[in-house]
Amino acid sequence: MAAPIQWQLATVTGVRDETASVRSFTLSMPAWPGHRAGQHVDIRLTAEDGYSVERSYSIASAPEAAAQPGGSVEITVERIPDGEVSAFLHDVVVPGDRFEVRGPIGGYFVWEAALGGPLLLVAGGSGVVPLMAMLRHRAAAGSGVPARLLYSSRGGDEIIYRPELDELAADGSGLGVVHTLTRSQPPGWTGYARRIDEAMLSEVLRPLGASARVFICGPTALVENAANALVRLGLPAAQVRTERFGPTGT
Amino acid sequence: MDDDSVMDSTGEGRVDGNAVGGMLAMVFGHEMTAAPGRCAHCGTINEMGAMHVYMRGPGVVVRCPACGEVVLRVVEAATATFLDARGVAFVRIERESA
Amino acid sequence: MSERYVTRGFVGRRGTEDGGAGDLRGRTPPGQYLTSDFPVLSAGPTPRTPLDRWSFRIEGLVSGPVEWSWDEFLKLPARDWVVDISCVTKWTHLDMRWRGPSVDTLLESVDIDPKAAFAIAYADGGYTTNLPIDDVLNGQAFVAYEYDGKPLAPEHGGPARLVVPARYFWKSAKWVRGLRLQERDEPGFWESLGYHNRGDQWLEERYSGD
Repeated sequence: MAAPIQWQLATVTGVRDETASVRSFTLSMPAWPGHRAGQHVDIRLTAEDGYSVERSYSIASAPEAAAQPGGSVEITVERIPDGEVSAFLHDVVVPGDRFEVRGPIGGYFVWEAALGGPLLLVAGGSGVVPLMAMLRHRAAAGSGVPARLLYSSRGGDEIIYRPELDELAADGSGLGVVHTLTRSQPPGWTGYARRIDEAMLSEVLRPLGASARVFICGPTALVENAANALVRLGLPAAQVRTERFGPTGT
Repeated sequence: MDDDSVMDSTGEGRVDGNAVGGMLAMVFGHEMTAAPGRCAHCGTINEMGAMHVYMRGPGVVVRCPACGEVVLRVVEAATATFLDARGVAFVRIERESA
Repeated sequence: MSERYVTRGFVGRRGTEDGGAGDLRGRTPPGQYLTSDFPVLSAGPTPRTPLDRWSFRIEGLVSGPVEWSWDEFLKLPARDWVVDISCVTKWTHLDMRWRGPSVDTLLESVDIDPKAAFAIAYADGGYTTNLPIDDVLNGQAFVAYEYDGKPLAPEHGGPARLVVPARYFWKSAKWVRGLRLQERDEPGFWESLGYHNRGDQWLEERYSGD
């Protein structure tokens, strides 16, 4: 369908803290056309004197969730200390507030169960958000596509969606979640404790094989290093899709 | 995806075509991130969502990931949007099926 | 202004640093907000020309082109500059401290053809910007290789950038490598895509047609 390029007014209907600095917002829109996992929305904030800023946020919720009456989607936002928009969203916005939203946007970084797998998702920090939409969609669609999420966080407290990821990894559908904690690890941690590198990717990729579709999202350096490593490991570049954003994450 | 911060960890302020998906949709009247485009300089074809984007400045500059040359430039001026598409030999936009 | 929805409680980042009180308000051009940051804005990857391959050139309608190597450039008479800088993206930073030779000093090394009316600054990475020669004479422009007492960082245009304080900062070409003096004007990278040809921040010359 044609791109929904018009701004519409979204109402915040729910707010939920994911970690100390990460919060999810449920947005309800009158004319939401539905979305695909991996897409994002643009939001626009305007001050009384007309000063206006825009930001993009990945949609965290599965397409199936938006199909409920009321058409709501969820975004997950990390509070950046000097972030003009993220600080506002965290510090000021409460349920009932409204702001302009445009979307869904994106046709390149999307996955749907019908595309099949195996699926390798690689996340750095809040880059996990669009990949979570893919995993939530995978679960809602009842897909058994073999999948693995390799998720890099600074420490255990900063893992977003941790309880839900634990549940999805235990539901028998063939999803494995592998964490790497790059700055601090809890006592007794036996998992990866370093930045994502080629050796780690090779190990995580092995059970999926060379036909895996890969989606990588996170800070630019993490994304590029991982994409280059996967190509060196033999994956065709066309199978590796990336989404780069700012320096949040590890 | 949160582009609240100006600098990315490579220090270049670079993101990719996904970050300007909304703006490209406004300019072209169609979702563009999955549309393949051919760089007029080196001939490499990439989906617009995969191109390198510098958006923290007076305008948006889209560069070819292969050769680094400018593919598109967009300026959202006071009342109009300017597009320089000399760097793209073509973009391929799928039509909806009838 | 278009019909945008005003967002409850949103004021943005303007005026939260140095404010705009009293004297400072008079130093803030129209439509700008004050900041103590030095935002990095770019149109492409940061060039990294090694200093032993770097040069600065004056060419075009001059008696003969002149070129300085890095070592030669550092030996030119330089001075400290403290100027206010305004970017078209609305930030203004007061009292930024730079060091480098004035463009007057650089032009003293050439005889300028009387037909020359414009200076086109060109930089590594392909960026260009255009200025009337009159706008870069008489202390109105310099080439800076130090900012705030330290060598100019690459992300801010180092090793050397043009600085033209009386114009929006897009005219202060980062990674500048030379000036080409011409008879005809040649709109640069942003001037050719909707930005104002002259860019005087006090007249709020942001876009063409302003």
